[in-house]
Amino acid sequence: MKTENHFDVIILGGGPAGLTAGIYLSRARMKTLILNEGTIGGQMVLTHEIANYPGVKTISGFQLANNMMAQAKEFGCELKSNIVVKNTDLNGRIKSVLLEDGRKYSSYSVILSPGGRSRSLGVKGENELRGRGVSYCATCDGDFFTGKEIVVVGGGNSALEEAVSLTKYAEKVTIVHQFDHFQAFEHAIEEAKSNPRINFVMSSTISEFKGTESLEGVVIKNLKTGEEQDFRTDGVFIFIGYMANTESLKGKVELNDSGEIIVKPDMSTNIEGVFAAGDSISKRIRQVTVAVGEGTIAALSAAGFVNQLKKTKEHELLFQ
Amino acid sequence: MLYTNLKHIESSAEHAKIINENENVMVICGRMGPMCIPVYGIAEELETEYKHVKFCDMEFDNPESNVIRNLPEVRGFMGIPFTIYYKNGKVVKATSSIQTRQQVTAILNEHFGATVNA
Repeated sequence: MKTENHFDVIILGGGPAGLTAGIYLSRARMKTLILNEGTIGGQMVLTHEIANYPGVKTISGFQLANNMMAQAKEFGCELKSNIVVKNTDLNGRIKSVLLEDGRKYSSYSVILSPGGRSRSLGVKGENELRGRGVSYCATCDGDFFTGKEIVVVGGGNSALEEAVSLTKYAEKVTIVHQFDHFQAFEHAIEEAKSNPRINFVMSSTISEFKGTESLEGVVIKNLKTGEEQDFRTDGVFIFIGYMANTESLKGKVELNDSGEIIVKPDMSTNIEGVFAAGDSISKRIRQVTVAVGEGTIAALSAAGFVNQLKKTKEHELLFQ
Repeated sequence: MLYTNLKHIESSAEHAKIINENENVMVICGRMGPMCIPVYGIAEELETEYKHVKFCDMEFDNPESNVIRNLPEVRGFMGIPFTIYYKNGKVVKATSSIQTRQQVTAILNEHFGATVNA
Protein backbone atom coordinates (compact mmCIF):
# COMPACT_ATOMS: atom_id res chain seq x y z
CA MET A 1 0.00 0.00 0.00
CA LYS A 2 2.87 2.36 0.73
CA THR A 3 3.59 3.05 -2.89
CA GLU A 4 4.13 6.27 -4.74
CA ASN A 5 0.76 5.70 -6.41
CA HIS A 6 -1.16 5.72 -3.14
CA PHE A 7 -2.61 9.06 -1.99
CA ASP A 8 -4.61 10.35 0.93
CA VAL A 9 -7.11 11.90 -1.47
CA ILE A 10 -7.63 11.62 -5.21
CA ILE A 11 -9.61 14.42 -6.85
CA LEU A 12 -11.31 13.53 -10.12
CA GLY A 13 -11.59 16.78 -12.05
CA GLY A 14 -9.42 19.91 -12.17
CA GLY A 15 -11.92 22.76 -12.46
CA PRO A 16 -12.28 25.44 -9.77
CA ALA A 17 -13.82 22.96 -7.28
CA GLY A 18 -11.11 20.34 -7.77
CA LEU A 19 -8.25 22.85 -7.78
CA THR A 20 -9.53 24.50 -4.59
CA ALA A 21 -9.81 21.12 -2.92
CA GLY A 22 -6.26 20.39 -4.09
CA ILE A 23 -4.99 23.66 -2.56
CA TYR A 24 -6.67 23.02 0.80
CA LEU A 25 -5.68 19.35 1.05
CA SER A 26 -2.06 19.84 0.00
CA ARG A 27 -1.69 22.75 2.39
CA ALA A 28 -3.04 20.45 5.13
CA ARG A 29 -0.17 18.07 4.23
CA MET A 30 -2.49 15.52 2.68
CA LYS A 31 -0.88 13.61 -0.19
CA THR A 32 -3.19 14.70 -3.00
CA LEU A 33 -3.57 13.87 -6.68
CA ILE A 34 -5.79 15.66 -9.17
CA LEU A 35 -6.70 13.63 -12.25
CA ASN A 36 -8.29 15.66 -15.02
CA GLU A 37 -9.68 14.36 -18.30
CA GLY A 38 -9.27 17.60 -20.24
CA THR A 39 -7.38 20.84 -19.81
CA ILE A 40 -6.94 21.96 -16.19
CA GLY A 41 -9.47 24.65 -15.29
CA GLY A 42 -12.69 23.07 -16.55
CA GLN A 43 -15.45 25.39 -17.74
CA MET A 44 -13.59 28.28 -16.09
CA VAL A 45 -10.98 28.43 -18.88
CA LEU A 46 -13.80 28.84 -21.36
CA THR A 47 -14.79 32.18 -19.83
CA HIS A 48 -13.23 35.13 -21.58
CA GLU A 49 -13.48 37.48 -18.62
CA ILE A 50 -14.49 36.91 -15.00
CA ALA A 51 -15.55 40.17 -13.37
CA ASN A 52 -17.29 38.88 -10.25
CA TYR A 53 -14.61 36.84 -8.52
CA PRO A 54 -14.21 38.67 -5.19
CA GLY A 55 -10.89 40.41 -4.71
CA VAL A 56 -10.00 40.28 -8.39
CA LYS A 57 -11.33 43.15 -10.50
CA THR A 58 -11.26 41.28 -13.81
CA ILE A 59 -9.32 38.24 -14.91
CA SER A 60 -9.56 35.78 -17.77
CA GLY A 61 -10.78 32.32 -16.83
CA PHE A 62 -7.59 30.93 -18.36
CA GLN A 63 -5.41 33.07 -16.08
CA LEU A 64 -7.48 32.32 -12.97
CA ALA A 65 -7.23 28.58 -13.71
CA ASN A 66 -3.47 28.85 -14.15
CA ASN A 67 -3.15 30.79 -10.89
CA MET A 68 -5.15 28.13 -9.02
CA MET A 69 -3.10 25.35 -10.62
CA ALA A 70 0.20 27.02 -9.69
CA GLN A 71 -1.05 27.53 -6.13
CA ALA A 72 -2.03 23.86 -5.80
CA LYS A 73 1.35 22.73 -7.18
CA GLU A 74 3.23 25.03 -4.81
CA PHE A 75 1.56 23.30 -1.87
CA GLY A 76 2.69 19.93 -3.27
CA CYS A 77 -0.46 18.77 -5.05
CA GLU A 78 0.21 16.42 -7.98
CA LEU A 79 -1.76 17.05 -11.19
CA LYS A 80 -2.22 14.89 -14.24
CA SER A 81 -4.30 16.34 -17.08
CA ASN A 82 -5.68 15.05 -20.39
CA ILE A 83 -5.86 11.56 -18.93
CA VAL A 84 -8.70 9.10 -19.60
CA VAL A 85 -10.21 7.27 -16.64
CA LYS A 86 -11.04 3.66 -17.50
CA ASN A 87 -12.51 2.57 -14.19
CA THR A 88 -13.06 3.72 -10.62
CA ASP A 89 -13.66 1.60 -7.53
CA LEU A 90 -15.16 3.82 -4.84
CA ASN A 91 -16.24 1.15 -2.40
CA GLY A 92 -14.20 -0.14 0.51
CA ARG A 93 -11.54 1.53 2.61
CA ILE A 94 -9.13 1.87 -0.32
CA LYS A 95 -10.53 3.56 -3.42
CA SER A 96 -8.83 3.11 -6.78
CA VAL A 97 -8.71 4.75 -10.18
CA LEU A 98 -7.49 2.96 -13.29
CA LEU A 99 -6.45 5.01 -16.31
CA GLU A 100 -6.81 3.89 -19.90
CA ASP A 101 -3.01 3.80 -20.27
CA GLY A 102 -2.79 1.23 -17.46
CA ARG A 103 -1.65 3.51 -14.64
CA LYS A 104 -3.47 2.81 -11.37
CA TYR A 105 -3.82 5.06 -8.32
CA SER A 106 -5.35 4.43 -4.91
CA SER A 107 -6.47 6.59 -2.00
CA TYR A 108 -8.43 6.65 1.25
CA SER A 109 -10.82 9.28 -0.02
CA VAL A 110 -12.03 10.55 -3.38
CA ILE A 111 -13.49 13.93 -4.31
CA LEU A 112 -15.58 13.82 -7.46
CA SER A 113 -15.46 17.12 -9.35
CA PRO A 114 -15.73 16.11 -13.02
CA GLY A 115 -17.68 19.27 -13.93
CA GLY A 116 -19.99 19.65 -16.89
CA ARG A 117 -19.91 20.26 -20.62
CA SER A 118 -22.03 21.87 -23.30
CA ARG A 119 -24.94 19.73 -24.33
CA SER A 120 -25.03 18.71 -27.98
CA LEU A 121 -28.10 17.76 -30.02
CA GLY A 122 -26.70 14.33 -30.88
CA VAL A 123 -28.27 14.18 -34.32
CA LYS A 124 -27.02 13.10 -37.73
CA GLY A 125 -24.26 15.27 -39.18
CA GLU A 126 -23.56 17.26 -36.02
CA ASN A 127 -20.15 15.75 -35.26
CA GLU A 128 -19.04 15.60 -38.88
CA LEU A 129 -19.82 19.30 -39.45
CA ARG A 130 -18.43 20.59 -36.13
CA GLY A 131 -16.06 23.42 -37.04
CA ARG A 132 -17.50 23.41 -40.56
CA GLY A 133 -20.64 25.37 -39.77
CA VAL A 134 -21.72 23.80 -36.49
CA SER A 135 -20.42 25.76 -33.51
CA TYR A 136 -20.87 26.04 -29.75
CA CYS A 137 -19.03 29.35 -29.28
CA ALA A 138 -20.27 32.66 -30.70
CA THR A 139 -17.22 34.68 -29.64
CA CYS A 140 -14.92 32.11 -31.28
CA ASP A 141 -16.60 31.58 -34.60
CA GLY A 142 -19.12 34.41 -35.07
CA ASP A 143 -17.02 36.35 -37.58
CA PHE A 144 -16.96 33.41 -40.01
CA PHE A 145 -20.64 34.14 -40.61
CA THR A 146 -20.44 37.81 -41.53
CA GLY A 147 -23.28 38.64 -43.93
CA LYS A 148 -24.64 35.08 -43.74
CA GLU A 149 -27.82 33.46 -42.47
CA ILE A 150 -27.51 31.35 -39.34
CA VAL A 151 -29.54 29.41 -36.80
CA VAL A 152 -29.24 29.52 -33.02
CA VAL A 153 -30.65 26.54 -31.11
CA GLY A 154 -31.88 27.07 -27.55
CA GLY A 155 -34.16 29.24 -25.45
CA GLY A 156 -32.19 30.11 -22.32
CA ASN A 157 -30.14 33.19 -21.50
CA SER A 158 -27.07 31.99 -23.39
CA ALA A 159 -29.02 31.26 -26.56
CA LEU A 160 -30.85 34.58 -26.66
CA GLU A 161 -27.88 36.72 -25.62
CA GLU A 162 -25.57 35.01 -28.11
CA ALA A 163 -28.22 35.30 -30.85
CA VAL A 164 -28.27 39.06 -30.30
CA SER A 165 -24.46 39.25 -30.29
CA LEU A 166 -24.31 37.21 -33.50
CA THR A 167 -26.41 39.83 -35.32
CA LYS A 168 -23.19 41.90 -35.32
CA TYR A 169 -22.04 39.50 -38.02
CA ALA A 170 -24.96 37.58 -39.48
CA GLU A 171 -27.53 39.08 -41.81
CA LYS A 172 -30.29 36.94 -40.35
CA VAL A 173 -30.51 34.79 -37.22
CA THR A 174 -33.26 32.21 -36.74
CA ILE A 175 -33.75 30.97 -33.20
CA VAL A 176 -35.03 27.39 -33.06
CA HIS A 177 -36.42 26.39 -29.66
CA GLN A 178 -38.07 23.20 -28.46
CA PHE A 179 -40.76 24.91 -26.34
CA ASP A 180 -43.41 27.52 -27.18
CA HIS A 181 -41.86 29.90 -24.64
CA PHE A 182 -38.35 30.92 -23.57
CA GLN A 183 -36.68 30.14 -20.22
CA ALA A 184 -34.40 33.20 -20.43
CA PHE A 185 -34.71 36.35 -18.31
CA GLU A 186 -37.31 38.82 -19.54
CA HIS A 187 -34.74 41.46 -20.56
CA ALA A 188 -32.93 38.91 -22.78
CA ILE A 189 -36.20 37.87 -24.41
CA GLU A 190 -37.18 41.50 -25.07
CA GLU A 191 -33.80 42.32 -26.57
CA ALA A 192 -33.97 39.34 -28.92
CA LYS A 193 -37.60 40.00 -29.91
CA SER A 194 -36.92 43.64 -30.68
CA ASN A 195 -33.97 42.83 -32.94
CA PRO A 196 -35.13 43.04 -36.59
CA ARG A 197 -32.52 40.50 -37.72
CA ILE A 198 -33.86 37.75 -35.44
CA ASN A 199 -36.69 35.33 -36.36
CA PHE A 200 -38.18 32.59 -34.22
CA VAL A 201 -39.20 29.00 -34.91
CA MET A 202 -40.83 27.70 -31.75
CA SER A 203 -41.76 24.17 -30.62
CA SER A 204 -39.14 22.82 -32.98
CA THR A 205 -35.72 21.25 -33.09
CA ILE A 206 -33.03 20.33 -35.60
CA SER A 207 -33.22 16.69 -36.56
CA GLU A 208 -30.38 16.60 -39.10
CA PHE A 209 -27.40 18.64 -40.31
CA LYS A 210 -26.70 18.51 -44.04
CA GLY A 211 -23.54 19.26 -45.98
CA THR A 212 -20.31 17.72 -47.17
CA GLU A 213 -17.34 20.09 -47.01
CA SER A 214 -19.32 22.56 -44.88
CA LEU A 215 -22.84 22.98 -43.54
CA GLU A 216 -25.41 23.62 -46.26
CA GLY A 217 -28.66 23.28 -44.36
CA VAL A 218 -30.61 21.56 -41.61
CA VAL A 219 -33.85 19.68 -41.19
CA ILE A 220 -36.15 21.43 -38.73
CA LYS A 221 -38.71 19.22 -37.02
CA ASN A 222 -41.90 20.66 -35.52
CA LEU A 223 -42.26 18.87 -32.19
CA LYS A 224 -46.04 19.37 -32.07
CA THR A 225 -46.93 18.12 -35.56
CA GLY A 226 -43.87 15.97 -36.29
CA GLU A 227 -43.54 17.73 -39.66
CA GLU A 228 -40.00 18.08 -41.00
CA GLN A 229 -38.74 20.66 -43.47
CA ASP A 230 -35.42 21.50 -45.08
CA PHE A 231 -33.98 24.85 -44.02
CA ARG A 232 -31.03 26.40 -45.80
CA THR A 233 -28.45 27.93 -43.48
CA ASP A 234 -24.74 28.70 -43.40
CA GLY A 235 -24.18 28.03 -39.73
CA VAL A 236 -25.76 26.72 -36.55
CA PHE A 237 -24.82 27.75 -33.02
CA ILE A 238 -26.01 25.40 -30.28
CA PHE A 239 -26.70 26.69 -26.75
CA ILE A 240 -28.89 24.11 -25.06
CA GLY A 241 -27.34 24.06 -21.62
CA TYR A 242 -24.83 21.95 -19.80
CA MET A 243 -24.74 18.39 -18.56
CA ALA A 244 -22.77 16.78 -15.74
CA ASN A 245 -19.80 14.60 -16.73
CA THR A 246 -21.02 11.70 -14.65
CA GLU A 247 -21.69 8.96 -17.22
CA SER A 248 -18.89 6.80 -15.80
CA LEU A 249 -20.24 7.23 -12.24
CA LYS A 250 -23.67 5.72 -12.95
CA GLY A 251 -24.30 2.90 -10.50
CA LYS A 252 -21.27 3.86 -8.43
CA VAL A 253 -22.59 6.90 -6.58
CA GLU A 254 -26.11 8.26 -6.11
CA LEU A 255 -27.20 10.54 -8.97
CA ASN A 256 -30.43 12.45 -9.55
CA ASP A 257 -32.57 12.14 -12.69
CA SER A 258 -30.37 14.69 -14.48
CA GLY A 259 -27.24 12.64 -13.77
CA GLU A 260 -25.98 15.06 -11.09
CA ILE A 261 -24.30 13.76 -7.93
CA ILE A 262 -26.43 14.03 -4.80
CA VAL A 263 -24.48 15.47 -1.85
CA LYS A 264 -25.13 16.40 1.77
CA PRO A 265 -24.15 19.84 3.13
CA ASP A 266 -20.65 18.51 3.98
CA MET A 267 -20.34 17.47 0.31
CA SER A 268 -20.38 13.78 1.22
CA THR A 269 -22.08 11.35 -1.15
CA ASN A 270 -23.85 8.10 -0.30
CA ILE A 271 -20.48 6.29 -0.39
CA GLU A 272 -18.29 6.59 2.69
CA GLY A 273 -15.13 8.55 2.01
CA VAL A 274 -16.41 9.86 -1.30
CA PHE A 275 -17.22 13.55 -1.61
CA ALA A 276 -18.29 15.70 -4.56
CA ALA A 277 -18.16 19.37 -5.56
CA GLY A 278 -18.57 21.70 -8.53
CA ASP A 279 -20.85 21.67 -11.56
CA SER A 280 -21.42 17.91 -11.45
CA ILE A 281 -23.46 18.02 -8.22
CA SER A 282 -27.17 18.57 -7.85
CA LYS A 283 -27.70 22.32 -7.31
CA ARG A 284 -29.23 25.40 -8.86
CA ILE A 285 -26.44 27.98 -9.08
CA ARG A 286 -23.35 27.23 -11.16
CA GLN A 287 -20.65 29.85 -10.63
CA VAL A 288 -16.88 29.72 -10.12
CA THR A 289 -17.31 31.19 -6.64
CA VAL A 290 -19.82 28.50 -5.71
CA ALA A 291 -17.54 25.73 -7.00
CA VAL A 292 -14.63 27.17 -5.01
CA GLY A 293 -16.75 27.11 -1.83
CA GLU A 294 -17.86 23.55 -2.44
CA GLY A 295 -14.28 22.49 -3.17
CA THR A 296 -13.26 23.94 0.20
CA ILE A 297 -15.99 22.09 2.06
CA ALA A 298 -15.27 18.82 0.25
CA ALA A 299 -11.54 19.15 1.02
CA LEU A 300 -12.08 19.81 4.72
CA SER A 301 -14.58 16.96 4.95
CA ALA A 302 -12.22 14.58 3.13
CA ALA A 303 -9.31 15.65 5.34
CA GLY A 304 -11.41 15.00 8.43
CA PHE A 305 -12.39 11.59 7.09
CA VAL A 306 -8.79 10.60 6.30
CA ASN A 307 -7.50 11.81 9.66
CA GLN A 308 -10.17 9.79 11.47
CA LEU A 309 -9.40 6.73 9.38
CA LYS A 310 -5.68 6.96 10.14
CA LYS A 311 -6.44 6.83 13.87
CA THR A 312 -8.33 3.56 13.64
CA LYS A 313 -7.15 0.02 14.20
CA GLU A 314 -8.50 -0.81 10.77
CA HIS A 315 -6.00 1.57 9.22
CA GLU A 316 -3.09 -0.18 10.93
CA LEU A 317 -4.32 -3.47 9.50
CA LEU A 318 -4.34 -2.02 5.99
CA PHE A 319 -0.59 -1.71 6.13
CA GLN A 320 0.26 -5.09 7.56
CA MET B 1 -1.36 37.89 -27.81
CA LEU B 2 -1.50 34.16 -27.11
CA TYR B 3 -0.70 33.34 -23.48
CA THR B 4 0.78 29.91 -24.08
CA ASN B 5 4.17 28.33 -23.56
CA LEU B 6 4.35 27.28 -27.21
CA LYS B 7 6.65 28.85 -29.79
CA HIS B 8 4.73 31.86 -31.15
CA ILE B 9 4.90 32.44 -34.90
CA GLU B 10 4.66 36.16 -35.56
CA SER B 11 5.05 36.46 -39.33
CA SER B 12 4.62 34.55 -42.57
CA ALA B 13 8.40 34.62 -43.05
CA GLU B 14 8.91 33.01 -39.65
CA HIS B 15 6.20 30.47 -40.50
CA ALA B 16 7.99 29.54 -43.74
CA LYS B 17 11.33 29.24 -41.94
CA ILE B 18 9.92 26.95 -39.24
CA ILE B 19 8.07 24.57 -41.55
CA ASN B 20 11.09 24.33 -43.85
CA GLU B 21 13.70 23.85 -41.14
CA ASN B 22 11.74 21.26 -39.14
CA GLU B 23 10.60 17.90 -40.51
CA ASN B 24 7.43 17.71 -38.38
CA VAL B 25 5.52 20.82 -37.37
CA MET B 26 2.13 21.40 -35.74
CA VAL B 27 0.77 24.96 -35.85
CA ILE B 28 -2.35 25.94 -33.91
CA CYS B 29 -3.85 29.11 -35.32
CA GLY B 30 -6.42 30.53 -32.91
CA ARG B 31 -7.38 32.96 -30.17
CA MET B 32 -7.51 32.74 -26.39
CA GLY B 33 -10.99 31.24 -26.51
CA PRO B 34 -12.83 28.16 -25.31
CA MET B 35 -12.27 26.06 -28.40
CA CYS B 36 -8.56 26.97 -28.72
CA ILE B 37 -7.22 26.88 -25.15
CA PRO B 38 -7.70 23.12 -24.73
CA VAL B 39 -5.73 22.47 -27.95
CA TYR B 40 -2.84 24.69 -26.79
CA GLY B 41 -2.86 22.82 -23.47
CA ILE B 42 -2.65 19.45 -25.23
CA ALA B 43 0.23 20.66 -27.42
CA GLU B 44 2.12 21.99 -24.40
CA GLU B 45 1.84 18.59 -22.74
CA LEU B 46 2.83 16.67 -25.86
CA GLU B 47 5.91 18.82 -26.45
CA THR B 48 7.89 16.80 -23.92
CA GLU B 49 6.75 13.46 -25.37
CA TYR B 50 6.99 14.22 -29.10
CA LYS B 51 10.47 15.68 -29.22
CA HIS B 52 10.62 15.08 -32.98
CA VAL B 53 7.73 17.50 -33.54
CA LYS B 54 7.91 21.31 -33.40
CA PHE B 55 4.77 22.68 -31.68
CA CYS B 56 3.83 26.29 -32.46
CA ASP B 57 0.90 28.68 -32.30
CA MET B 58 -0.08 31.74 -34.32
CA GLU B 59 -2.64 34.42 -33.59
CA PHE B 60 -5.68 34.04 -35.83
CA ASP B 61 -6.19 37.82 -35.89
CA ASN B 62 -2.63 38.52 -36.99
CA PRO B 63 -2.95 39.44 -40.71
CA GLU B 64 0.17 37.36 -41.33
CA SER B 65 -1.85 34.26 -40.43
CA ASN B 66 -3.22 34.49 -43.99
CA VAL B 67 -0.50 31.96 -44.67
CA ILE B 68 -2.73 29.49 -42.81
CA ARG B 69 -6.18 30.95 -43.42
CA ASN B 70 -5.64 30.85 -47.21
CA LEU B 71 -4.51 27.24 -47.37
CA PRO B 72 -6.69 25.11 -49.66
CA GLU B 73 -6.81 22.51 -46.88
CA VAL B 74 -8.84 24.86 -44.64
CA ARG B 75 -11.54 25.59 -47.21
CA GLY B 76 -14.86 25.04 -45.46
CA PHE B 77 -13.38 25.54 -41.99
CA MET B 78 -15.61 27.76 -39.85
CA GLY B 79 -14.34 27.02 -36.38
CA ILE B 80 -11.11 27.97 -34.66
CA PRO B 81 -8.47 26.89 -34.02
CA PHE B 82 -7.25 25.87 -37.44
CA THR B 83 -4.59 23.29 -36.62
CA ILE B 84 -2.15 22.45 -39.39
CA TYR B 85 0.33 19.57 -39.46
CA TYR B 86 3.32 19.98 -41.79
CA LYS B 87 5.82 17.34 -42.89
CA ASN B 88 8.87 18.60 -44.76
CA GLY B 89 7.06 21.88 -45.37
CA LYS B 90 3.93 20.28 -46.84
CA VAL B 91 0.49 20.13 -45.20
CA VAL B 92 -0.37 16.53 -44.31
CA LYS B 93 -3.42 17.21 -42.15
CA ALA B 94 -5.62 20.11 -41.04
CA THR B 95 -8.38 20.19 -38.42
CA SER B 96 -10.99 22.75 -37.43
CA SER B 97 -12.23 23.59 -33.93
CA ILE B 98 -11.54 21.84 -30.63
CA GLN B 99 -9.77 18.46 -30.59
CA THR B 100 -9.15 15.91 -27.87
CA ARG B 101 -5.72 14.65 -26.86
CA GLN B 102 -6.62 11.30 -28.43
CA GLN B 103 -7.49 12.96 -31.75
CA VAL B 104 -4.24 14.96 -31.75
CA THR B 105 -2.01 12.01 -30.84
CA ALA B 106 -3.69 9.85 -33.49
CA ILE B 107 -2.71 12.42 -36.14
CA LEU B 108 0.81 12.83 -34.76
CA ASN B 109 1.32 9.06 -34.66
CA GLU B 110 -0.04 8.57 -38.16
CA HIS B 111 1.92 11.33 -39.88
CA PHE B 112 4.98 11.92 -37.72
CA GLY B 113 5.41 8.61 -35.91
CA ALA B 114 4.77 7.74 -32.27
CA THR B 115 7.19 8.51 -29.47
CA VAL B 116 9.17 5.71 -27.91
CA ASN B 117 7.13 5.98 -24.73
CA ALA B 118 3.78 6.79 -26.33
